[in-house]
Amino acid sequence: MKHLLSVTDLDAAAATGLLDTSDRLKQALLGREVRKLPTLRGRTVITLFYEDSTRTRVSFEVAGKWMSADTVNVSAKGSSVSKGESLRDTGLTLSAMGADCVIVRHPASGAAHRLAAWSDRDRDATGTHTSVVNAGDGTHEHPTQALLDAATLRDRLGSVAGRRIGIVGDVLHSRVARSNVFLLATLGAEVVLVAPPTLLPVGVEQWPCRVGPELDAELPTLDAVMMLRVQAERMRGSFFPSAREYAVGYGLSQERAALLPEHAVVLHPGPMMRGMEIAPAVADSPGAAILAQVRNGVHVRMAVLYHLLAGAPE
Amino acid sequence: MTTRRTGDLLITHARPYGEEAVDVAVRDGVVVEVGAGLSAPAEVMDAEVLDAGGLVLLPGFVDLHTHLREPGGEESETIATGSAAASLGGFTAVFAMPNTDPVADTEVVVEHVWRRGAEIGLVDVHPVGAVTVGLAGERMAELGTMARSRAQVRMFSDDGRCVHDPLVMRRALEYASALDVVIAQHAEDHRLTAGAQAHEGVVASRLGLAGWPATAEETIVARDCALAREAGAALHVCHVSSARTVEVLRAAKAAGVRVSAEVTPHHLLLTDATLTGYDPVNKVNPPLRTAEDTKAVRAALAHGVIDVVATDHAPHAVQYKDTEWAAARPGMLGLQTALSVVVHTMVEPGLLDWRGVARVLSERPAEIGTLPDQGRPIAVGEPATFALVDPDGAWTVRGAALASRASNTPYEGMRLPATVVATVLRGRVTARNGKVRA
Amino acid sequence: MADDRRGDEAGTHPPARELLSAADVTRTIARIAHQIIEKTAGSPEAGVVLIGIPTRGTPLARRLAAAVAEFGGTAPAVGSVDPTLHRDDLRRRPARPLEDTVVPEGGFDDKLVVLVDDVLMSGRTVRAALDALSDHGRPRAVQLAVLVDRGHRELPIRADYVGKNVPTSRDEQIRVLLTETDDRDAVLLRRSAPSPAGASSTGPGEDA
Repeated sequence: MKHLLSVTDLDAAAATGLLDTSDRLKQALLGREVRKLPTLRGRTVITLFYEDSTRTRVSFEVAGKWMSADTVNVSAKGSSVSKGESLRDTGLTLSAMGADCVIVRHPASGAAHRLAAWSDRDRDATGTHTSVVNAGDGTHEHPTQALLDAATLRDRLGSVAGRRIGIVGDVLHSRVARSNVFLLATLGAEVVLVAPPTLLPVGVEQWPCRVGPELDAELPTLDAVMMLRVQAERMRGSFFPSAREYAVGYGLSQERAALLPEHAVVLHPGPMMRGMEIAPAVADSPGAAILAQVRNGVHVRMAVLYHLLAGAPE
Repeated sequence: MTTRRTGDLLITHARPYGEEAVDVAVRDGVVVEVGAGLSAPAEVMDAEVLDAGGLVLLPGFVDLHTHLREPGGEESETIATGSAAASLGGFTAVFAMPNTDPVADTEVVVEHVWRRGAEIGLVDVHPVGAVTVGLAGERMAELGTMARSRAQVRMFSDDGRCVHDPLVMRRALEYASALDVVIAQHAEDHRLTAGAQAHEGVVASRLGLAGWPATAEETIVARDCALAREAGAALHVCHVSSARTVEVLRAAKAAGVRVSAEVTPHHLLLTDATLTGYDPVNKVNPPLRTAEDTKAVRAALAHGVIDVVATDHAPHAVQYKDTEWAAARPGMLGLQTALSVVVHTMVEPGLLDWRGVARVLSERPAEIGTLPDQGRPIAVGEPATFALVDPDGAWTVRGAALASRASNTPYEGMRLPATVVATVLRGRVTARNGKVRA
Repeated sequence: MADDRRGDEAGTHPPARELLSAADVTRTIARIAHQIIEKTAGSPEAGVVLIGIPTRGTPLARRLAAAVAEFGGTAPAVGSVDPTLHRDDLRRRPARPLEDTVVPEGGFDDKLVVLVDDVLMSGRTVRAALDALSDHGRPRAVQLAVLVDRGHRELPIRADYVGKNVPTSRDEQIRVLLTETDDRDAVLLRRSAPSPAGASSTGPGEDA
């Protein structure tokens, strides 16, 4: 595995392999006095974030450090990027400095793909094989989020294959939704999308999932439900009339949560708008695995770094 | 020995429109004789001889839609490099769009472009004037002054932008009809395409690219046809990209509206399937659409619902293209690959014969652009303005080897059929065997 | 030790010779168990932990624990430690899948840990396992039990308990089969298929 750009690059075996590695890393760290593994010592991992993020960036940084890699964080603000340096030049500069891995989050869909293409193309000039990890590109994908969601589902439900997972909310603008739909389908789950029609992408009928017309009808049949973040600016774009109407139609209130089966898991990629897409009590209930998602995030990202950087370069 | 006069030429063994082989004798830029065995008549003894060896002779191509970038965008193309690309592509006239810097909305700028084109002399450069000042879509530009200037502007467009306000468009059509010029609309309702990056469809939704719905094009075309009918004016629709627009055009033509339409070579061949991988060389406005759309526009071109092929040649220097998708400027090169793509998409499947190619690449565009000396029949008394085509030649496209300053061709590495072996402008050979002749 | 089936599938391997039969394997395990009981006689009973090095070290550790219980009375705790993350040769091959690390209840602190593996060769795997172990806690002492010692040490490591010493040449392969992972119990010896110039004759996971 050279880069991790999209979950569609992973077949079932590769995805399962990553999840297994994540589990074993969790095992290896459990109860250790020294919560550090020497495996990526001497590797340099650089996070390059063009969008604000605490959660994902810190998660990657901790993952790198627990594997003994040298991790450096670059935030687009206050760097040469704000002086107009292109993404390509920034990526090449980091490669030339010896970055074995660049973890990039960028507002343009496809940014990680381009960075990987330039990195491969200019490898001789920079002298380094640089792997690229997509930490979120525009509205396209967020592969490690889907992987940690799948890991959390595996932990809570025992398996992903054959399970029915609901994804609710702004699918149109959600990279988390895209990655989850395609990864869960690859792993053999049945996915149902529930959203206002204005927030479903054109051509969603061709995605490997179903569109459910009504949330209340779907909830009793689900093994897990993933609530997507809703951004307030979508109201200005006439996607839906008001926060109240959205919450009434698509929010996971306590009454709605009671419709879920006992074993069902509630997921949210964070950060949450308590009271909008998810009721505070639901977010804090035992069925919610939101903090488990965060914990798994570190192990999953360690597994990704392991598979990209520990072995011989491809 | 008299010095050879430019404008004297003898073309031997050529097949006009792919038909019977003949020789064509040219004197002073005009065809004086067409027949067999014109090998050594006395008047043309000192003429250059171009042995066509059975290749296809067509009237020189006319491109109604080219971006030469000069003034202001010379890092991507100049009138000189664009003219070279045009003549190598078999073009003998190009209409240069006004979205330059400064915008071509005054006689000063259009005369500059026209004069530069004439100085370079490889191809007749006809500047297109802006419809509105600064392409801002608010105030009409001085259409009359530009039409009467030395540049003799015959076509006006805000290409790159849509003339969005229906009142402004209506007035422009009315005014244009009195001047007997044509308004060419870049049909895009920008309210429906805000932030759009790719055709609104399955591919864009998978790739997380904001969609450019086909309805944004179709609704403007429908509106403009109605406005043109009311004004009795001539409307030209730029770069038709969707099956739905074809339907609107069909209905409008049946109703007698004076509307003409063009399609680009890339919309004949490429679809949004090329977008996976996010290489911005495939980013263009209007976007590449689906296989159904390419099928519809090909059929429309074959039947005349779409009148012409126009390249929308849009060079962009590498720093504008080698970026992430959202930051890249839309547009593709087209002049040197146009004929090959038309052969590949229309001639090879039997949708057009060589007469049809002449119609869509030369005769109809010359008509729409009112050029009296282009797109003429290959006959005695007519200007000797030709493209000589090898239908069996095949070539591999390499952006770096093309004459344009920029290299943004979507056909990089592709093997395409048919080559332009020579281009003749009023009896003067402007390009031969892949090299330009000033 | 990882199962090396590549050569079989290619069909170019010379036939393997059986060094230990199923019965031999059982006897050998029993003998090691007796030795462990003898050597750890002074330790408190709850203080011995058998830690397998995956893959085949783990079932071996379990069998040894059962045998010790059968002969000595109390079954020692059993676990496993995956040394992969501490290996010194990771970058020579594509990233390997990880194996299970199971820390027994009571952990490793102040325990006598007996590492268990099927084959001992260079000693690098054991070195990695020792590093992994020391990040988990501080055993009182660490000993090593192996089913087969085939020589060719590259580090100063020796086994405290050896089932069978099998002198080998570098271009030979030892394969241990156990019913938990393969179709039978056996220890096989065969010549490697000719390897590319410069590569060692050990297969993946065999560099023990």
